[in-house]
Amino acid sequence: MIGFFIVLLVILSSIFAPLIAPADPNQANRPNRLQPPGTPGHIFGTDQHGRDLFSRVVFGSRISIFVGLVTVIIAGTIGTVVGLFSGYFGKWLDSVIMRLVDVWLSFPFILLALIINAILGMGLRNVVITLIITGWVIFARLVRGEVLALKNLDYIQAAKALGQSELKVIFFHILPNVFTPIIIISSLQISQIIIAEATISFLGFGVQPPTAAWGNMLSDGRNFLFNAWWMATFPGLALAFTALGLNLFGDWLRDTLDPKISK
Amino acid sequence: MQGYLIRRILQLLIVIFLALTAVFFMQFLAGDPVILLLPMDATFEEIAEMRERLGFDDSIFVQYFRFVSRALRGDFGQSLRHPQTAVQLVISRIPATLELALIAVVVSLLVAIPIGVISAAFRGSWFDQVAIVVTVFGQAVPGFWLGIMLILFFSVTLEWLPTGGRGEFNNLILPIITLTAFYAARFARMTRSTVLDVLNTDYIRTARAKGLSESRVLYKHALRNASISIITLLGLQLGQLLGGAVVTETVFYWPGLGRLLVQSLLNRDFPVVFTGVFFIALVHASLNLAVDLVYLLVDPRISYD
Repeated sequence: MIGFFIVLLVILSSIFAPLIAPADPNQANRPNRLQPPGTPGHIFGTDQHGRDLFSRVVFGSRISIFVGLVTVIIAGTIGTVVGLFSGYFGKWLDSVIMRLVDVWLSFPFILLALIINAILGMGLRNVVITLIITGWVIFARLVRGEVLALKNLDYIQAAKALGQSELKVIFFHILPNVFTPIIIISSLQISQIIIAEATISFLGFGVQPPTAAWGNMLSDGRNFLFNAWWMATFPGLALAFTALGLNLFGDWLRDTLDPKISK
Repeated sequence: MQGYLIRRILQLLIVIFLALTAVFFMQFLAGDPVILLLPMDATFEEIAEMRERLGFDDSIFVQYFRFVSRALRGDFGQSLRHPQTAVQLVISRIPATLELALIAVVVSLLVAIPIGVISAAFRGSWFDQVAIVVTVFGQAVPGFWLGIMLILFFSVTLEWLPTGGRGEFNNLILPIITLTAFYAARFARMTRSTVLDVLNTDYIRTARAKGLSESRVLYKHALRNASISIITLLGLQLGQLLGGAVVTETVFYWPGLGRLLVQSLLNRDFPVVFTGVFFIALVHASLNLAVDLVYLLVDPRISYD
């Protein structure tokens, strides 16, 4: 349940960022640069351009939540449809898709993401596209496995015997029964995706400055480690806190929704 | 067994071929490097002349066959930013990556297996609960941030350890802690849950009923049967690590494959990137084969006839 509250807190702060943040996250103020936390008006201090770090962390949650949600929804949908067809129709379709998935998963995920991002070009939109291209495979493999287990059950055979079309069987009889694992894996994947976006932006690809994103704030922070510890500390704390909340929430969902796999 | 080996080696060759093809298409999508090779003020004629000389005007099929036949001879072209060939550059970075990866995996296992086994044996105890919290944190904390925080604490504040580089033992400590935090957490969670599964089986009850000591039951009987899943995970993780701990190497200026690839990507030095990617695919496929062969040694129930 702690996970749920953490996730709720992060989502609310991303929605109400303009109300929570005391300052404009991109408002530079050179004389006020590198102020330590606790300076009046700047509880997290300021960065190398004198921007309020707290406001930037709050606005940074928007990028993370946006990338996490949009990617999971689109990658999840693509992966689910591919997995449904692959598992249901089997044969050559299944072999081809699963070999493709194997090759996809044989590259280190973050490296693949960096290459795709370098080819597509940087920026928020291309990060989302990159993470969709790398993210759908997990869903495809999960759904395909579930479908294999379901498709020979009596009620599916019965639906087929009653003359229902293949598509109807897939989307009305199989899909509702793979929904639970999809929801569980989605909540766990969002945290992976949020960390991946931050990593990509940290390495200099992805979301570019001056947009406030946790990854590129950390990249700035690393350059000022010797004179401004707060710049690398707070965005990272926010990121770790969010990932932790999502993981706990995912574990809790799994234990609650699916007693079979809880240990 | 022989038939199985031949089949697996054929599969390995197919994967290598697929990886080569994937690399070719990535290279194709990345665009030709002619613009990068010429000075900024090159004329259209100069660009066209260079394109023709390097063969970028040929059809995609001609380019593909030329690429594959060169690759099979170990020729992936020249780095666009360094005097060496792409293959030489990638090979020169392998020892550093290998060093980091192997030490990280060994340390992770040494930390994780006892934790996982003890957690499972004393399920619900304070030790188990602390272990669960620590491993959940270990998996949630992003590696690159943990690395930065370690530098902040041990290098900047305490001035005990260097901030990066390679050469001395001191340089190894922080990168190894960073990698171990994540991998040990993962191994420990897995060890715990597989040992828990095994502990519920009949043969463990029998072993206990025979009056074997609890530690013998755990380490001789339970862990042996949990080892299959641990080896599988080990193979996967080692593959990832040998592909270059991209992020950790970058944070600690570790001169390995991962950092080379990130720098080459930022410099758009694609020949080096794709050579590295191909190398990683090769390592990954070989490790998969190695894992399957190790199963034979560990588990007499498995045979591949």
